[in-house]
Amino acid sequence: MNNKAITAIAMALALPVAAYAEADDDTLVVNEEIEMVTKAAAPAHLAETLDEVMSGWHFRSDETQALQMDDFDNPAMVFVDQAMDTWTTVEGSAEKSCASCHDDVEDSMAGVRAVYPKWNEAAGEVRTLAMQINDCRENQMGAEKWKYTGGKMSAMEALISVQSRGMPVNVAIDGPVQSTWEQGKELYYTRTGQLELSCANCHEDNYGNMIRADHLSQGQINGFPVYRLKNTKLNTAHARFKGCVRDTRAETYSPGSAEFVALELYVASRGNGLSVEAPSVRN
Amino acid sequence: MKHISLTLAACLVGTVALAGETAPKEVVYDEYGAVETSLSGVAGDAASGALLVGDKSKGNCVACHQVSALADVPFHGEIGPSLDGAADRWNEAELRGLVANAKKTFEGTMMPAFYKVDGYIRPGDAYTGKAGAEPLPPILTAQEIEDVVAFLATLKED
Ligand code: HEC
Ligand code: HEC
Ligand code: HEC
Repeated sequence: MNNKAITAIAMALALPVAAYAEADDDTLVVNEEIEMVTKAAAPAHLAETLDEVMSGWHFRSDETQALQMDDFDNPAMVFVDQAMDTWTTVEGSAEKSCASCHDDVEDSMAGVRAVYPKWNEAAGEVRTLAMQINDCRENQMGAEKWKYTGGKMSAMEALISVQSRGMPVNVAIDGPVQSTWEQGKELYYTRTGQLELSCANCHEDNYGNMIRADHLSQGQINGFPVYRLKNTKLNTAHARFKGCVRDTRAETYSPGSAEFVALELYVASRGNGLSVEAPSVRN
Repeated sequence: MKHISLTLAACLVGTVALAGETAPKEVVYDEYGAVETSLSGVAGDAASGALLVGDKSKGNCVACHQVSALADVPFHGEIGPSLDGAADRWNEAELRGLVANAKKTFEGTMMPAFYKVDGYIRPGDAYTGKAGAEPLPPILTAQEIEDVVAFLATLKED
């Protein structure tokens, strides 16, 4: 059967366009040492929609991929070094640094990134890493909050993430976070803006396809914060969400808003099983 | 006086309907999603339609569709079917309906409606990320839709 006939039939039945996942088969080993799981069986909650979850790394060019394979080539590492200085810098009325309470970041922060966003019992809320960092700054150090998507914040998130590289993302979706997770899921499937597009339209139904010059990935956040060659800085997940919602010709949500926190939890859970890859490199 | 106040009213809602034009909310779709009558009352121009289909800030149809006739426009997407031979598959009324609001032809399709002004979730002010007030200006004007339809009508293979 020729292509046209297939197209005509598919359209007559109004079938959804199947995703032809043209992710490559390369393997990601960082520093010839950390073997990343970049493809994994979809977590149970996605069983009806996806077979496999994949890192955005697979959808980038060989050149961009290579930048993430060695820390000497990874442009994000400059910011990790800067955050290392911040870690031991005393600030605020309590005259403390992060290190005053958390000592060696390599020990205290190992595994932390893999389970965020997570429930904070004392505060009775779902917290992202950024919320927790700002809570420590305000309430433990007596220092100013950092801008949610700013350079200080993204660098500190990167430093903390590095301590979990290679560990599987494993955010909880039940118990006290369940209602937030449901809200995030709802947002993921809501078609916003004048283009009436949802996250799922692009990242679930069409990953592997080109949208104009862009190769669509599954929109996973196991690599965040991400260094983008396009703006030569670290980008947080909420900044990326904002850009994607804006591109539907919609009024965006604000970084740090309850909506984006819920969306982050949900999107993170779609990557359960993939390795923490942050800070990754994208175009 | 009557004419002036009409124009004013049109400005206030943000969509200036010219004489002979069908406003977005007045468009009549048949049960299959086709639109029989020209939206502008003026014949479409295929050459400007070709530009609109490739222009990122206009139709940007090539974001999702491959079109061999526009081979000089870089980067054609793979989301929707190739538009080659579209005129063999659809008549003019059907094409007009598809461009104005493809959801009337394909329920739930990912293809955006180009001649629709309200009923959105979190409508924005174009690509600014800021809130937009409904009715929004349609993405393409009545004449632009006609131009795009005229271009699509040239895409024949048989
Ligand atoms: C005065 C003590 C103190 C300082 C200073 C401090 N923190 Fe904390 N931090 C805590 C405490 C206590 C907790 C546990 C909070 C809770 O569970 O409610 C915590 C928790 C965290 C967590 C979450 C760990 C986990 O396992 O969930 C992160 C991340 C964190 N801090 C980062 C930082 C950073 C970055 C700084 C510096 C900018 C900092 N903290 C400064 C006391 C501090
Ligand atoms: C109109 C299409 C479109 C929509 C709708 C869309 N995105 Fe994206 N998104 C893209 C493109 C294009 C990219 C860049 C290529 C890629 O990584 O997929 C991208 C990238 C991303 C990335 C970065 C992935 C990485 O590995 O660096 C994340 C995360 C993301 N999107 C999440 C979302 C979420 C959440 C939503 C819904 C709120 C959404 N996107 C809606 C087109 C879209
Ligand atoms: C965001 C993606 C997207 C954009 C942008 C888009 N389309 Fe489509 N279009 C689709 C999809 C998907 C289909 C298939 C219909 C279905 O089954 O959902 C389609 C179907 C069509 C069809 C019928 C298919 C055929 O050729 O037989 C035509 C004609 C068409 N589109 C024209 C256009 C024109 C003209 C524009 C720009 C003014 C445009 N499209 C913009 C996604 C898009």
